[in-house]
Amino acid sequence: MDHKRRDTLKAGGGLGIFGLLVAAGLIKPELAEAAWNKSAFEAKNLESALAALGAGKPGDSADVQLNTPDIAENGAVVPVGVISKLPNTEQIAILIEKNPNLLAAKFEIPAGTAAEVQTRVKMGQTSDIYAVVKADGKFYVTKKEVKVTLGGCGG
Amino acid sequence: MANPMRIRAAVKDGFTEVRVLMSHVMETGQRKDSSGALVPAHFITELTAKHNDKVVLSAQFGPSVSTNPYLSFKFEGGAKGDKIVVSWVDNKGDSRSDEAQIA
Repeated sequence: MDHKRRDTLKAGGGLGIFGLLVAAGLIKPELAEAAWNKSAFEAKNLESALAALGAGKPGDSADVQLNTPDIAENGAVVPVGVISKLPNTEQIAILIEKNPNLLAAKFEIPAGTAAEVQTRVKMGQTSDIYAVVKADGKFYVTKKEVKVTLGGCGG
Repeated sequence: MANPMRIRAAVKDGFTEVRVLMSHVMETGQRKDSSGALVPAHFITELTAKHNDKVVLSAQFGPSVSTNPYLSFKFEGGAKGDKIVVSWVDNKGDSRSDEAQIA
């Protein structure tokens, strides 16, 4: 009986230490990485998405270039490129106005990285694409309409 | 575990251009399968790219990013043979990290 009890305690103690290790070593970095901006990614309209990004009402800027096709035949794969010529660009976000969740991607640009990203997004229907750029603490936006002949969401 | 990423990095005019093609379903959570049941969302949420342990790009993705996401960006510096590491985490807690050398 006593032996069993001892084993159980050992097992329990072992788990406890493991748990502590997880708490000390693993959960912390995860918390640090859990910066995934849930409210921004779940925003259903432009105002709330911009608000969740902390962008408020960004000013239009010709220094933000949005490279997309005018017509996307396949909404499942729409190439989007954003180039910011604003100095000290810190953040680039891509929003698709008529998608169920507007925010597609958000990039943090550290010093030394060019403010130039390219990716591919899905579009449910013809919509405006917004590129929201944060430079020197201020937000700027450029938009462009992309016509979609075949939607990439649902179906 | 997802398939490996394809990472290409090349130096040009003082900048290193990195191109990454990830392999991921990027399920939106809007789609229904043939029996009409909603397919649960499954997409990459965070991505980090490092050049010799220095973060050169971090990104957050939503479900609107295409299946098998593609990403390209440029950073200053970098030399042939330097290590580029790209890692991602998805909303189900899966993760993947791959590395490549600058060509």
